[in-house]
Amino acid sequence: MKSYYEKLHTYNTKPKRILNRLFYFLLLIMMMFSVFVLGVLLYTVIRDSWGWFDWQFITSMPSRKAENAGIYSALLGSIWTIGLTALFSIPIGAGTAVYLEEYSDQTSRLNKFIQLNISNLAGIPSIVYGMLGLTVFVRMLSFDRSILSGALTLTLLILPVIIVSSQEAIRSVPKNLKEASFAVGMTRWQTITGVVLPFSIPGILTGSILAISRAMGEAAPLIMVGAAGYVAFKPESIFDAFTTLPIQIFNWTSRPQEEFQHIAAAGILLLLIFLLVSNAIAIILRNKYQNRID
Amino acid sequence: MERKEARRRAQITEKIAKSIVFVFSSISVITTILVVYMLFSETIVFFKEVSIVEFFTSTKWTPTLQPRNFGVLPLLTGTLMIAIGASIIAIPFGLGSAIFLSEYAPKRLRKVLKPILEILAGIPSIVYGFFALTTITPLIRVVLPQTQIFNALSASIAVGIMIIPMVASLSEDAMMAVPDSLRNGAYALGSSQLDVVLKVVLPASISGIGSAFILAISRAIGETMIVAIAAGQSPMFTLNPLESIQTMTGFMVNISMGDIQHGTIEYNTVFAIGSLLFLLTLSMNILARRIVKRHKEGI
Repeated sequence: MKSYYEKLHTYNTKPKRILNRLFYFLLLIMMMFSVFVLGVLLYTVIRDSWGWFDWQFITSMPSRKAENAGIYSALLGSIWTIGLTALFSIPIGAGTAVYLEEYSDQTSRLNKFIQLNISNLAGIPSIVYGMLGLTVFVRMLSFDRSILSGALTLTLLILPVIIVSSQEAIRSVPKNLKEASFAVGMTRWQTITGVVLPFSIPGILTGSILAISRAMGEAAPLIMVGAAGYVAFKPESIFDAFTTLPIQIFNWTSRPQEEFQHIAAAGILLLLIFLLVSNAIAIILRNKYQNRID
Repeated sequence: MERKEARRRAQITEKIAKSIVFVFSSISVITTILVVYMLFSETIVFFKEVSIVEFFTSTKWTPTLQPRNFGVLPLLTGTLMIAIGASIIAIPFGLGSAIFLSEYAPKRLRKVLKPILEILAGIPSIVYGFFALTTITPLIRVVLPQTQIFNALSASIAVGIMIIPMVASLSEDAMMAVPDSLRNGAYALGSSQLDVVLKVVLPASISGIGSAFILAISRAIGETMIVAIAAGQSPMFTLNPLESIQTMTGFMVNISMGDIQHGTIEYNTVFAIGSLLFLLTLSMNILARRIVKRHKEGI
């Protein structure tokens, strides 16, 4: 048995240097694989949707004929669903984070129990949330297969992510600012609304935008909740049946005709543009507010 | 007087605010209770109709066709194949990327590469499903012409690519947490960078890396849209990755595309499979947390 010290004590010989070189290139290739795949993926989507992604595609309803088919109803459905999801999930997520960070005793059993719950919820597959939505919102509360049911399901799905990122944002608020607020006689709630939230809002929003863009690409839970496959009308209220971008894309990919692959690619391109824009906003927010107190 | 009034009002606001955020926090606990309750209440009904022994030992899965057979093994082998195939891709590439980012990449390169991984992580699984069907499958068929259009291999490669960023970022976090003093100590003893990575950094962060692997496999098991699009819809008791198969999640999606009615055996079947999926992924996630915790106490 060599001691740990002997194991580490080596000499820098020529074969070793070559080995080091090789290892470095192996790692570089592994890293570049992801970059390469991303490139290929974007290239194929753009190539397959070339000529199909136009104004007519965005403003038309789905159709049984590929050349007339469009994504209008799915686009509106996605906007409605995601808007509603944001409306529910950001206040609830941020509120939960405020409770865990500011109101409850960090070492208490209750706090630990809620934290444990949140980390377990974060690991549940999204399709199980779909079953929860089907049971609770569609059946028990009889919201049927509506935008409301879909949005509530997505809200539960992304809450854990929003809570955790909001907690991090709230934790980054400098202690002396809070103490100054208490020192001039502010109550805890006044401190939260006057100091903690204004300071942590960019961080909370960054995390929320990323979580909501994830919800925008989710298909599985909404299929369980029964977002219909063929919707050829605009949503008028939150109790309407609906379809969303990912579900519409899923329907198109499962059709045998070649043309529908192009239509699916065009749908994917639109979805990716949405996601890139929202991620860019999140990253800009993060960079802008990262180093405020220096 | 006025100040007294203001203070009283502030105290009332304080109470109301505290109760509202408390109610918000309880939503997560209620969600957990509801998940467990809905899964198990429907699953109990299912096992009144179907024997547990048949469910876990039969190799035929035809819940919607006469004669009905409820053997979950074909779905389990399908799920297993996808998870193993995805790990074979994601673990080496994810770990390699993590070592590169944590130990080798200069700061400026990191700044470029990290967002690229974030973009990859943010791409919806439906897009990977499309990619598997239109790009990966044709490539496989060029090499192995006997491959079926829908097959486990293509889907598992796509799932693997999808979870690379997750493995990479979790492993990288674990390696970044290794203090520099350990690295410098090894350099002082004449180690090369390769020695430092293999003998110092990896052993010191092994628990975090292990837990990253487990979490990634758990994600692969729960992945739905890729397998629904690219893996096919035939529950086969096989370990041949070139054939069309069905996973647990794939079955759940396929049966829900039709309108399933509450109270039918199909409905209960979905929930029985959901329970199994839930138990599998939950136990893996708990295991992953345990590993990290143990290690932290050990230091």
